[in-house]
Amino acid sequence: MSEIQCGKKNKQEPSDNYWEAVLFEFLQLVIGGVSIGCIYALVALGFVLIYKATEVVNFAQGDLMMLGAFLAFTFITILGWNYWLGALAAIVCMFVIGNLMDRAILRPVLGQPQFSIIMITIGVGYIARSAAGMMPGWGNETYAISTPFSSQGMRLIPESMGQLVVSQTDLSVIVATLLFCAGLFAFFKYTRLGVAMQASSQNQLASYYMGIPVKAVFSMIWGISAAVAAAAGILLAPTTLIDTNMGFIGLKAFPAAVLGGFGSIPGAVVGGVIIGIIETLAGFYLPPGFKNVAAYLVLLLVLVVRPQGLFGEKTGKRV
Amino acid sequence: MRFLFKTDYDQDIRLAKHSGYYWSYGALLVLITAVPFVLDSYYVGQLTQLYIMAIAGVGLMLLSGYTGLVSLGHAAFFGIGAYTEAVLTAGVTLPFMSEPVVFPFVLSFPLAAIFAAIAGVIIGVPALRLMGIYLAMATFAFAIVVEEIFSRWESVTNGYTGLLVESLYIGDMELTDGRPFYFLSLGMLIMVILFSLNLLRSPTGRAMMAVRDSEISAQSMGVNLAKVKTTAFGISAGITGLAGALFAHKLGFLSPESFTVLQSLELLVLVIVGGLGSLHGAIFGAMFVLALPQALAIMKDYLPLYIAEQPGLEPLIFGMILVFFIIFEPLGIYGRWLKVKLYFQMFPLYKKATFKRQKSYMKSERLR
Repeated sequence: MSEIQCGKKNKQEPSDNYWEAVLFEFLQLVIGGVSIGCIYALVALGFVLIYKATEVVNFAQGDLMMLGAFLAFTFITILGWNYWLGALAAIVCMFVIGNLMDRAILRPVLGQPQFSIIMITIGVGYIARSAAGMMPGWGNETYAISTPFSSQGMRLIPESMGQLVVSQTDLSVIVATLLFCAGLFAFFKYTRLGVAMQASSQNQLASYYMGIPVKAVFSMIWGISAAVAAAAGILLAPTTLIDTNMGFIGLKAFPAAVLGGFGSIPGAVVGGVIIGIIETLAGFYLPPGFKNVAAYLVLLLVLVVRPQGLFGEKTGKRV
Repeated sequence: MRFLFKTDYDQDIRLAKHSGYYWSYGALLVLITAVPFVLDSYYVGQLTQLYIMAIAGVGLMLLSGYTGLVSLGHAAFFGIGAYTEAVLTAGVTLPFMSEPVVFPFVLSFPLAAIFAAIAGVIIGVPALRLMGIYLAMATFAFAIVVEEIFSRWESVTNGYTGLLVESLYIGDMELTDGRPFYFLSLGMLIMVILFSLNLLRSPTGRAMMAVRDSEISAQSMGVNLAKVKTTAFGISAGITGLAGALFAHKLGFLSPESFTVLQSLELLVLVIVGGLGSLHGAIFGAMFVLALPQALAIMKDYLPLYIAEQPGLEPLIFGMILVFFIIFEPLGIYGRWLKVKLYFQMFPLYKKATFKRQKSYMKSERLR
């Protein structure tokens, strides 16, 4: 009996502290959920950036994340660079790769039915996964990156009040997500290029007439999106380790993007965090099996009840 | 080159446009009837598999190729058909019955199709409000939920342990193996194709194509979008469910792993590589999907050892072919077939520009 209690919490009188224990357990789960939700948010951010500008849904976003993580692994573990330098290099590399991907693969099919474009990104995902498996030094095993963040918990509140911890890894994810969001917000608001991107995602033709190089802007957006994906991959690496199939986590980012209203950047972040929390809670409180599908059940519910998402606007077409 | 002189409006919707149709399709029919008596039993099994995939392909083609709706979750309907068939032929016991009721296959096949169709309508109803990409998401989520149900609803599906599928018999003859199964699948395929052809020349089919080409103009012409889309979803899911029922007998053993998202993607690849918007495409696509692993197995003997031993080789080639087809041959294998046919019909006057793609601009799906 005493052993069980030690494992959980130092509660003297179970009847008195029961609700407190439940509450702290709940809060602890929410913290874990926010952390994983931030990863979903970063991947969803990538989707939304591309969708907003080019109306393409990139099903290879998760695989871009995988490539980014593998690049970071190459720089940090194989070549032995500093963590920050390696991460930065991986992000820059992914920016270039995203750029090239748009130039070589997406631009020729611009104007074809959306169905074909979705399929082409799925094809790219296939190629990326198997190419990563074939790459010398990468292969189909699981790898880890050594990070400066420890997975040990830090106390959020004094011990006398209860047990509420957050690990440095989780904290790094949350802080990095906030930084990325702030950075992107500032970029879109204050730089020339950012404003040009906003313009071309609002109306391509008009921005083309205004002298914005729409094609180049699209490529830039693909680059940024791939860079964000790479950051998500690097942040995720300590939690799930790196393997060629880690991109499937990206599929959980769809519900996040839809929940936030596809095409809204704050929506993607909020949606990602909500999905992360719901998933973690469902995994703990509901019977097994619900953890895997909770995100998708939410997605179906959102599509039925409020298809435009939390932050989307309802639109109609004028004929 | 044959020039048709039209004297009757009925000629426009006739299934056989001219006598050549009878000759070519008749010859094909004779050939595929004779084939199982000549070939090895392994190839007969492969051809059976081809027909089953082609049925599923026709189902998805009606939805994606003709109604223009994307479904990333057709494996779910495929699976619903397969599990329904397996459960029904094994016997169902309802609470008030003393003995299980075993359904004969003449009942279980239609029921499998109907169950899948009902699932299709259920997912189709919210889909009415959804445009392009949202629909893809909804079907995708639906497929993942259904996959989880297959693995968790153990009292019916037996979960990951798997479910054995009973063989079917007429008298002493086993219907679900070898030649009888070949002809059963072939018969089903022909039925499904004839059904689809008739559907496509009926008002419903025309409405489906109108919705594909422009929802707004279809609506303006009095097409009831909701009705057409739900019908398309139901029919497509039903046909795919029928294919699933046949597939259950082909596999003989069902587990949730056979009906994953990857299976849905394979069906989509089938439709795209075969050629969107043509029933021929569904057949060609099925050939491609089945032949690719075989071709790769043969190719591996000639590749350098390092490359040949990579497990990722198949998905790599799969993905590359998909990308190349979409960029260079959007009409798929059927489009290529049309070009080759026209080349010989027009010989030596074939002009490359005949099939030149029009310059296309991006059409915004945004409603603003």
